[in-house]
Amino acid sequence: RKIIFEKQWFYLDNAIGHIYGTTFEVTNGGNLQPKQEVEETPTETKEAGTDNRNIVDDGKSQKLTHDDIKALKDKGIKGQEIVQQLIENSTTFRDKTEFAQDKYIKKKKKKYEAVITIVKPSTRILSTMYYAREPGKINHLRYDTLAQMLTLGNIHAGSKVIVMETCAGLVLGAVMERMGGYGSIIQMYPGAGPVRAATSCFGFPKPFFENLHEFPLSKVHSLLSGTFSTETLPSEPEENTPVEEESNGLTDGKQISLQETEEEPAPEAAMEIHQTEEQETLDINDDVEFKENKEKESKENVREKQIKQWERRRKLAEAAALLREKNADGLIVASKFHPTPLLLSLLEFVAPSRPFVVYCQYKEPLLECYTKLRERGGVINLKLSETWLRNYQVLPDRSHPKLLMSGGGGYLLSGITVVLDKGKSDSTLLETLRMEEPSPKRCKVQDLHC
Amino acid sequence: MSFVEYGETIKDGDTAIVFLGHESMFPVKVQHGTVTQTKYGVIRHSTDLIGKKYGSKVTCSKGGWVFILHPTPELWTMNLPHRTQILYSTDISIITMMLELKPGSIVCESGTGSGSLSHALIRTVAPTGHLYTVEFHQQRAEKAREEFREHGVEHLVTVTNQDVCKNGFGVSNIADAVFLDIPSPWEAIGHAKSALKAEGGRICSFSPCIEQVQRTCLTMEEYGFTEINTLEILLRVYNVRTISLQIPDLGKAAEDNSSTGFDSSNPSNQGSLCPNLQQGTVQFKSGVPLREMVGHTGYLTFATKS
Repeated sequence: RKIIFEKQWFYLDNAIGHIYGTTFEVTNGGNLQPKQEVEETPTETKEAGTDNRNIVDDGKSQKLTHDDIKALKDKGIKGQEIVQQLIENSTTFRDKTEFAQDKYIKKKKKKYEAVITIVKPSTRILSTMYYAREPGKINHLRYDTLAQMLTLGNIHAGSKVIVMETCAGLVLGAVMERMGGYGSIIQMYPGAGPVRAATSCFGFPKPFFENLHEFPLSKVHSLLSGTFSTETLPSEPEENTPVEEESNGLTDGKQISLQETEEEPAPEAAMEIHQTEEQETLDINDDVEFKENKEKESKENVREKQIKQWERRRKLAEAAALLREKNADGLIVASKFHPTPLLLSLLEFVAPSRPFVVYCQYKEPLLECYTKLRERGGVINLKLSETWLRNYQVLPDRSHPKLLMSGGGGYLLSGITVVLDKGKSDSTLLETLRMEEPSPKRCKVQDLHC
Repeated sequence: MSFVEYGETIKDGDTAIVFLGHESMFPVKVQHGTVTQTKYGVIRHSTDLIGKKYGSKVTCSKGGWVFILHPTPELWTMNLPHRTQILYSTDISIITMMLELKPGSIVCESGTGSGSLSHALIRTVAPTGHLYTVEFHQQRAEKAREEFREHGVEHLVTVTNQDVCKNGFGVSNIADAVFLDIPSPWEAIGHAKSALKAEGGRICSFSPCIEQVQRTCLTMEEYGFTEINTLEILLRVYNVRTISLQIPDLGKAAEDNSSTGFDSSNPSNQGSLCPNLQQGTVQFKSGVPLREMVGHTGYLTFATKS
């Protein structure tokens, strides 16, 4: 398969069998494996200037023309040699300071010596990549912010975590990595189904998905009010005998399927997304080989759909049952939606003395969320925070901060759940809070009068 | 209870966190017959704590109340008895992610110090991973062992009392990651390399001074580490406040008051902006930075062995 990366295209076939972290050089279309450590061409000219007082930018310091360079490239000459040529044909190179020479070589190397390192996927790699390449898809969740979420949420093996995200499945993947397949995750999803494009990049083993559940956000209300159970109950006893169902014939199944599509159009669409990849290959076969059996096929397809629907339903019921226990060990929210309603509802499913974390690209919605949570009660240690990340260049005598990343990384609201008081104490607490707030204002007014 | 597994109810021997409010909390060791004094009065462990749910409100003798929380590495970090400078959760979280730690990871750490990072590492690598931590100070090493036992995580950690710069981590070719928080990390890079798995792994060094970072980076390069990257992470905490700003009197107050005073009688406008012109103020919600924030903890240098 042909892959394009940074204006280069190549085939991955040659990379198989090498360990992660191996560096490859790109040749005409294939991959070549060079040595791990390229022998640094000993800079034979130790000649260097001390400052740039005599260096004039006349645009003529490079004696090779555009066309010359292109010719070199077309000849398929190694990038290393091109860089060497550029250095030799630069009139000012010798006058540059040692540091400037270093910088010049680095810059040219970057341009002409295309090397690719293949690394193992991890939260570190993927979150850094997504933030750099597709920040919009992950709501500008910077990787250090994601790291905070995992820690503040006390994500670890054996927990039961609720995740609501619209970050392409990156947050879900990060949580799955930290849980290592132990415990369970319930992903709440909006619309047709959970997006897990980034999750699939992690390459998790199959068992990791066994305890990954999903539940449509649009059913949360009915689940909380208790009306959800009546909808799903009738199907539950039948689910125990899926094999029988299969042999029962289609008519019976069709009726049920009709009912179901009305009830839950969302999961179906989700499955279809999942299926497309597999089915594409299948479909080709179908068309060529089984044209005559098409009718039979379609029947089988219906049956297959049926089975899948049952499967989906069973998973939905499972997820609902897990949520209904209301004993989740944590809640992670990172979505494009307003966090307040999400939190007020989803916190109902979390056990007391458990952490929760909400991410938002903007601070203001979290301010409101903070206030609303205080009104609701049942939470303590609320904290609104943001992290700044600063990268450094560390080189002998040339160490300094690289770039300041502030803003853009998003904000977090975190806290811990506690047992919600049934009595009045909450409202009294609220009142005291309310009392506290206007008091400074009153003071000011009084001050004014004086 | 355990630091690596949630429990529902408080049991004898547990470590619990007493939350007094406004970030004021402290850890207690739950024991039959013991009492704990708080500013809200006495908590009797046998009756007030044991058997209760974590997260419940406990009324103290003077009628005040506190919340009892399940311990987590993060709460422990905020409450542990300091024997050294410690790493806080902000640094810990980026360390954990950049070292690619997960259940099953084998980690080497030095020095153990007060065990702030250790608890977080253990939490992340449990139940199948392991932490080898080296502390050259004998008393601190023993205290750490004792804490790990009390916290129900001793099976996940080995504390070695030796000098990591001279004697290394006591293990070789088994670690997925190494973390160094010592005054001269460059002297331990060689040992770190041999502790890491042959197929590679990640390393992190925490140093407050840039000169330390400089030497560490050079040594890492010498030992063939790649992807060397130094960063710093800062936490900013915001207080959520309702602020009111006074409207200046520019002389046409009489007119304005009559017109907008009518507006403010509309009760619906309770959003972020709430003009309250009778009193001559505008109210809004704001996230106000704390007056003082941590400006620097340490530089974190990461690298890969491959």
